[in-house]
Amino acid sequence: MDKVMRLASENGLVLFSKSSCCLCYAVKILFQEIRVTPTVHELDQDPEGREMESALSRLGYSPPVPAVFIGGKLVGSTNEVMSLHLSGGLIPLLKPNHSMLN
Amino acid sequence: MLFFSSSLYISMYCLLPDFKLSNAYNFNLTCTKAASIISSRSMDFPSTLFVPSRTMGTYEPIHQIGLWGENFKSIGSPNISPSVIFDVANKLENESETTSHELLAPSSKYDQEASKPFDKIQRRLAQNREAARKSRLRKKAYVQQLENSRLKLIQLEQELERARQQQCLYAGGAIEVGHLGISGALNSGITAFEMEYERWMEEQNKQICDLRSALNAQISDIELHILVESGMSHYLELFRMKSSVAKADVFYVMSGTWKTSAERFFSWIGGFRPSELLKVLVPQIDPLTDHQILEVCNLKQSCQQAEDALSQGMEKLRETVSATLASGQMGQGTYLPQVAMAMEKLEALVNFVNQADHLRKETLQQMSYILTTRQAARGLLALGEYIQRLQALSTVWANRPHGPAKLTVENVR
Repeated sequence: MDKVMRLASENGLVLFSKSSCCLCYAVKILFQEIRVTPTVHELDQDPEGREMESALSRLGYSPPVPAVFIGGKLVGSTNEVMSLHLSGGLIPLLKPNHSMLN
Repeated sequence: MLFFSSSLYISMYCLLPDFKLSNAYNFNLTCTKAASIISSRSMDFPSTLFVPSRTMGTYEPIHQIGLWGENFKSIGSPNISPSVIFDVANKLENESETTSHELLAPSSKYDQEASKPFDKIQRRLAQNREAARKSRLRKKAYVQQLENSRLKLIQLEQELERARQQQCLYAGGAIEVGHLGISGALNSGITAFEMEYERWMEEQNKQICDLRSALNAQISDIELHILVESGMSHYLELFRMKSSVAKADVFYVMSGTWKTSAERFFSWIGGFRPSELLKVLVPQIDPLTDHQILEVCNLKQSCQQAEDALSQGMEKLRETVSATLASGQMGQGTYLPQVAMAMEKLEALVNFVNQADHLRKETLQQMSYILTTRQAARGLLALGEYIQRLQALSTVWANRPHGPAKLTVENVR
């Protein structure tokens, strides 16, 4: 969990993902569409991936990935990100972190 | 089957005290006659079966073994009935008595036959008996085989009938053949959904009528608000139903089997496309304030982006499942490892269907926040009528004559 929180705070937009996960891929495409670049951590390519995965599931999301953190704070999984975007709240949330915007 | 050997009889006659060569020769002749009698009496015997041999006087069973097979094919059973044999035996006796004084044989031929060794004849007889025995066994085996095939056929017919009956039982609402043999829970999930959907559709149509008359009657905003709220929660009810059946059978939801054909034509991940929904709604709810126009514009854009993201994710899922199934060597007829791996990947499909429904739900809700009560009522009415038009299109299309479609009142009803 410590590693998760540490990585989440390192950048403005952090995405925990798995390279084989197609829903994670969809979230990556969404960020591409709104022209932001997240910092992606692929759990299946991380030696501590398993621990991180169980830490993320303890946050209450099933499946544990994709998990999106903005400004070090947990936004949620695909559901939350979509709702946020449709309500127009996603981009404003990303604005303070100018470095991410292309 | 008896084979007559005149030489045998001749040999036997030689042993008798009052043996007369003339008698033996006559006997030889009568044996020939006997052979012809037998030939004519048996049903499927080719007349060439008995061929009088010059050297030995025996009737050679030429091609006897081969003929058995041929006779099987012609579904004949070449049995000589006992009565025939008896008749022949009688005839032989009678003829030998009557003709004994009539014929005179050339003695050289006679001598030849008399001098043949007894064992050769015995051996020939034994061979004949053996051949007859073998052919009887073959016949028995063939009949047994036929019987087994007949039983198998009856069994298969029974199984087929049972399978057909099962399919009819679960067929309420055009379930695909693929559903045969799956668990009862799965089927009951689908059946339950289809019943619920029928009720949902009835309620939906009633609400559309209410909205139409309410908007025409110019009722108060408060009353209209109640109708709008009912309409919204009615859609939420549909998404809840779909989520439940998607857990039971995600392919059922993906195929949109419960919907009409035209609705299915526009289907996107198990339902309507949110951007399509907005395209239908927005022109119907004019006039919009500038602020509203901006918000609707933003909603359209974010909706489109989310749709694209999900569509591309689905495409990736298809590629992944396809690559998994195609992995490993082909041509050996083995596929269980590939199927097992593909199963794992396919589980993501349920998530995609849920996400698509979530997007539809969010789009509707965001619209309800942007619009006024009256606009929302008009929006819901427009959406309901659009679906009804799609359903009418399906019906007219299905009933079209082969030629240009004639749109009469009868067709649409």
